[in-house]
This record gives sequence, C-alpha cells and structure tokens, in this order.
Amino acid sequence: MSRIGVALVVGGALGILDGLTAWFTPEVRSQLLGIVIGSTVKGLIAGALIGLFARKAARVLPTVLFGTAVGALLALGIALLQGSHYLEIVLPGTLVGLLTGYATVRYGRPASAAPATVR
Amino acid sequence: MTRLDDLTLARLRHTMREPDLSGTRYRLEGMAGAGGMGTVYAVLDTELGRRVALKVLDVQDPEVEARLRQEAQVLAQLEHPGIVPVHDVGRLGDGRAFYTMKLVQGERLDRYAARDLSLPSLLRVFLRIAEAVAFAHARGVVHRDLKPQNVMIGPFGEVLVLDWGLAKVLAAPAGPAGPPLPWRRGKGQTGEGAVLGTPGFMAPEQEAGESATVDARADVFSLGALLQSLLPARPAAPLQAIARKALSPRPEDRYATVAEMAADVDRFLEGAPVSAYPEDFLRKALRVLSRHRVAAGILAAYVVGRGLILLFTHR
Repeated sequence: MSRIGVALVVGGALGILDGLTAWFTPEVRSQLLGIVIGSTVKGLIAGALIGLFARKAARVLPTVLFGTAVGALLALGIALLQGSHYLEIVLPGTLVGLLTGYATVRYGRPASAAPATVR
Repeated sequence: MTRLDDLTLARLRHTMREPDLSGTRYRLEGMAGAGGMGTVYAVLDTELGRRVALKVLDVQDPEVEARLRQEAQVLAQLEHPGIVPVHDVGRLGDGRAFYTMKLVQGERLDRYAARDLSLPSLLRVFLRIAEAVAFAHARGVVHRDLKPQNVMIGPFGEVLVLDWGLAKVLAAPAGPAGPPLPWRRGKGQTGEGAVLGTPGFMAPEQEAGESATVDARADVFSLGALLQSLLPARPAAPLQAIARKALSPRPEDRYATVAEMAADVDRFLEGAPVSAYPEDFLRKALRVLSRHRVAAGILAAYVVGRGLILLFTHR
C-alpha cells in the first residue's frame, strides 16, 4: 500500500479507537457518537498530512516527529474548541499522530520513480 | 621385474579412467564430480566454444549403459528451468557411453543450506525443487533419488535438480506439462527387488525393493526428508507437520502429489493455515496475530499508551 494509503488507514482506525475511549470519561459518555465521528475525521486529516509528508521524507524519525506534531496540534485545536479536557484530548491525539507516522514510513510503499520515457 | 609404487599406480588408474575424447568435439578440462554410475567431467565443446559437463560410465556394462542412456533421454524430454538440459549423447573412442549436459556451476544444497540463511529463503528454494519434480511427475517421471546432494544452487540463485540416473518412467496422463514420455519398462528400468536410492531419503516401499509400486509418492517422501534437512532444530509446528505427513511410511498417508505438498509449504510462507496441521482456536489466533503483526503491534502500542494516559488523567 502507498504511504498515503497506510497513513489514512492507520490514522482513521486509531481515530475511531481514540473516539471510543471517551467512554472511559463518564461526563462525556453521552456525546460518544459525535466524539467518535470527530476523532475519526481528525485521524483521517492527520493521516493525509502525514502521508503527504512521508512521500518526501523517507526516514522514520522526521516522519514520526512530524506525525507527533500534527496529532498534537489537531488535538489541541479540538481541545481549544471544546474548552475543557485538554490532557484527555491532546495526549491521545499525539499518540495517534506518533503511531501513524511510524507505521506510514515503516510499512508504506514509497512513491515509485517516474516511468522511463518511450521515444 | 620392477614394482610400481602407490603414487604411480594411482596415476595410472586415473589415466585409464579418463575418457578417450579423441574423435569427438570435446576436449577434457577436468573432473567435475562422481556419481554411482559414472564420472562427470568438465569438457570444452570445441565446435560451439562452450564448456559442458560430460557424464561417462566408469565401466562397460550393458545394464548400466542402458540406465545412462535412459537418464539422458529422460533429461532430454524434461525441458524445465529446474532440470539440467542434455546436449548430446554418444559413445567414446574407448567404447564407453556418454552424454553431455549443461555444466552446472554452483553449490550443492546441503552446503548452501549450511550457510546462515533465513528459513523463508530456504523454503523458497524448496518450492523451486518441488516445481521441477512436479513437472517431471506430470511427464510421468519419478526421480527416486532426491536429496540435498542432488540439488545445485547456481550463482544467480537458479535451482537445478540433478542426477536422474535412478528415474523411473511411469505412464502418466497428458497434462499442462505436455504428453507423457513415450517409453515403457525397458532395459534401464529397475527390476522388482532391486534397491536403488539413498537411505534416509528413500521411501520405505523403495527400500523394500517394491519397484512396481513405487510412484510419485516416493518422491513426496524424499522431498519430506529433504525439507526436514532444511529446517532448524526447532521448526514451527506446521512445517514439522508438513514434513511428517510427507514422511508417512504408508504412501496413502502422504500428500498425493508434490504440488499438494508445495501448496502447503507456500501457505506456511504466506502465514495461511496448512492442510497437514489442524489448528485449535488459540493456535489460529496466534497465527493470525503473527500474520498481522504490524497491525497488532500498532494496536498494542496504542492500547498501552492510551491506558497509561487514562490512568494519568483520571488520577
């Protein structure tokens, strides 16, 4: 699978899981569906950005750092909109970005070289 | 009378054994190997300017000669990348029968496997051997002497099954490999009661001299022994089960065809269930986890990380 493909799948899947873990916070349990949808969209956006970055950066460390930063920033944005539960939102979001970054560069297929020109 | 010393005698014996290539297009370069029936020499084909292997009988014996000729005919009919091609057959000036074939340069499988190679790469070599043997079976030929010493790995990774001197020609239905070979039991065929093969790699029915009942499943047994020789000291249980099934004493308990056995090895390489190894729930779960270890690893890392975060934030 291409790097963007891996990033979208991993980001989306971890986003769903991340949303579901809101069940462990009793005061937001009633909003679980909205949280899962929002978290999934956040995971997909993070995945798309990480995938695009990984097409250029072939190494693990820069992609992991980029993924961590993207995950943290997106989660921070949501936490700011929410106005509460900063740590509960930012820390898991950062973890999702970190793991997506690692999986993308480790298991995604790098973009292939341009085909030879036929004359 | 002068007595010859041992060294002189050895030299004389060696010179006497050397093939008389006068009157042929071949020029002797050196010895390439020795087998049960004869000796293989590296020779230069002076007409085509290429090096080939020349197999010649050590003695003039009509029965052994018939077997050598049959080996050459079998090889000539088995055109497959995993089987050595034959170029020429004839008789030397000294009366001995010979045939020439591709000069295979490389490493014998037993030596190749002694290197520090990964199990999947050895299993892929095994699958290439099985492909060649399955092709021969489809053409109605049973090798009957499969062992690591009869498999050569070339410098570019090519896998060649050698030494078809004990091959048995069966009648076989025409298949994708082409029509069956046209011969029937002849002078080169093993008679009932004759035991030919290598102990440890020879099927029990072959060892018992039941030549008439020996069929493709005898090669399945040999391939089982060959597979066993490639496995590490503690192989994975499914692989062990594949080898054990192929090594069943009763032919009917073995894989019916080499292709079936190869399919199981291939499934093992793919992380899929193998027919020789029934799985309970736990084993199946472990195999699925091992097959999807990337996803499992990421999920486990997330669960652990998320658990720690939950513990930390809910304190």
